[in-house]
Amino acid sequence: MINVSKYKRLLSSTITNIKFFFKVLRRNRVSFAGFLIVLAFIIMAAIGPEIVQYERGVDIRKRFLPPSWEHPLGTDYAGRDTFAQIVHGSREVLIVAFLTAAFTTTVAFVIGIASGFIGGKVDVVMMTFADIFLTIPSFPLLLIIVTSLRKILSPIEMAAILSIVGWPALARAIRSQVLSIKEREFIESAVCLGLSKTHILFGEILPNLLPYIFMNLILSVIGAIYSQVGLYFIGALPFNATNWGVMIQAALNQGALVNPRVWWYLLSPLACIILIQTGFILFMHALEEIFNPRLRTEA
Amino acid sequence: MRWVIRRLITAAITIFASITIVFFLIRVMPGNPIDVMVAQLIMQGLDPEEAYRRVLAIVPFVPTDPLWKQYIDYMRGVLSGDLGRSILYAAPVTQILIYGIPWTVFLISISLIISFSLGIVLGMYIAYKRGGILDRFFSVFSSVTRAIPPYVIAVLVIIILGVQLKLFWDPYRGPIIGPYDPRLKPGFTLEFISSVFYYATLPILSYVLTTFGIWVLQMKSSTVSVLGEYYIMAAEARGLPERRIVISYVGRNAILPLFTSLAIAIGHIFSGSVFIETVFSYPGIGRYISASIGGRDYMVISGCFLIITIAVVLSNLIADLLYSKLDPRIRFR
Repeated sequence: MINVSKYKRLLSSTITNIKFFFKVLRRNRVSFAGFLIVLAFIIMAAIGPEIVQYERGVDIRKRFLPPSWEHPLGTDYAGRDTFAQIVHGSREVLIVAFLTAAFTTTVAFVIGIASGFIGGKVDVVMMTFADIFLTIPSFPLLLIIVTSLRKILSPIEMAAILSIVGWPALARAIRSQVLSIKEREFIESAVCLGLSKTHILFGEILPNLLPYIFMNLILSVIGAIYSQVGLYFIGALPFNATNWGVMIQAALNQGALVNPRVWWYLLSPLACIILIQTGFILFMHALEEIFNPRLRTEA
Repeated sequence: MRWVIRRLITAAITIFASITIVFFLIRVMPGNPIDVMVAQLIMQGLDPEEAYRRVLAIVPFVPTDPLWKQYIDYMRGVLSGDLGRSILYAAPVTQILIYGIPWTVFLISISLIISFSLGIVLGMYIAYKRGGILDRFFSVFSSVTRAIPPYVIAVLVIIILGVQLKLFWDPYRGPIIGPYDPRLKPGFTLEFISSVFYYATLPILSYVLTTFGIWVLQMKSSTVSVLGEYYIMAAEARGLPERRIVISYVGRNAILPLFTSLAIAIGHIFSGSVFIETVFSYPGIGRYISASIGGRDYMVISGCFLIITIAVVLSNLIADLLYSKLDPRIRFR
């Protein structure tokens, strides 16, 4: 019985939180727009590929058609529908991005907490390691790793590689958060009450870190989209006709800079990248406002 | 002096450690670069033994040796300036680097100076006009420009300024890309030098657009915290002229913390050079990296990577030394 009431309380508090979340979102129209953009892309990636058919067949007569009812964003160099490519490409981009964020945050979280909570030699060794990784320019490092691989990567392997460059900055940030929380009075009183270290870590420090971690999750998503599409653009990953980066590269190879007929094919993936990144950033600003009440403007 | 020596040693260790980490990181990954290069050559029609011998001739270590021996050979090569040979260009990697570095440094240093100064001026201005339209605009703009890949910006810059407005447009050859006008002969002529700067304008603009927003935000928050200090209040109370307070009291102190983020910014701008030089066909290191990727010209990629890492660590060191010169407190911390 006790357990049931506990879950009920949890449920009702979650509902209040969600209501509050939408209240803040509604007040800030720019952030709301960001939320809608992100939502639209997630829906597109989730159900889009089931609805929109992507015809792989080549039809030279239909090269670089302007937008029409049949082809909302025109066609590519082989007469294939650009919109269908965008929709089919979005799934991989988002899956890899979310997986990378999950990996990066988990690794950074474990290392950051261990470093900040245990301190001493563990701290010094881990942070030196993180510092060295921070100095190595991240995109060239990714390039050199990816080019030394021979096989086609699954989304999970891809995400694992992308998270190699993401963790150090986040681990450092989490460590300094832990250090600052450790100095607060409520931790001191928990220590005085004789509560166990496990309780202090999971019951006191962790809840205070959660908002921070959640925001960094989104930052990692943004970083992962940047790197992943970039790797495809540079040609470090095997050709994949529906990836946005490959589309931009292909458009440039087709002389997109001088041939305005190619612009629909070039600008569609460009616009998608700009939109999705801007959407995530605006959404993150909204979260910042929610988690940090001092930023909130009461209207 | 002791502080300087300590910083020098840390820099050397960082370079050494990052070369080591990358060397081993790549070899624990499934599939290794040697096999990839051999496979690439076989695909081009060489028979396997010939392909293997070719690859042996260009890498500075023996792939069948135990890992530690490969590592020692590789390190010895790095120290003596032997970074292997390129398959694509049939030349030592060192020679390619010597050709590429000046172009990259030229673009990056100018872009960095412009975006840093622009960021400082705008950031201070915004800090004084907090809550205004510019303030709100930049708080979003800065994070957006950092999240949008540089090639997106570069393509848009070429299309808008080059193709649409015809500001950077050659009637015979289309939009202005490349290092300089190929009809000119390189040399110390006014015509050639002005062509180099004219051709560099759009790449530099792309770099600045992708990086200056960060400086604006940092300068703003730094200025805001300096404005709350007592010595500013004291300076105002003493009736010093506003200009003097803004420049030598607020400005000088607010710039200092920005030096610490210079290292990350330089790493970021080098990452961007791979994209921007590719879009502009600019013959710097970034362009050599992307050109080598298609042909799996592994030694060129790793050589460029090595140089970039060293450059980042060194500029980090310079920024640190400069910072300690400007702010002596740092040495005693």
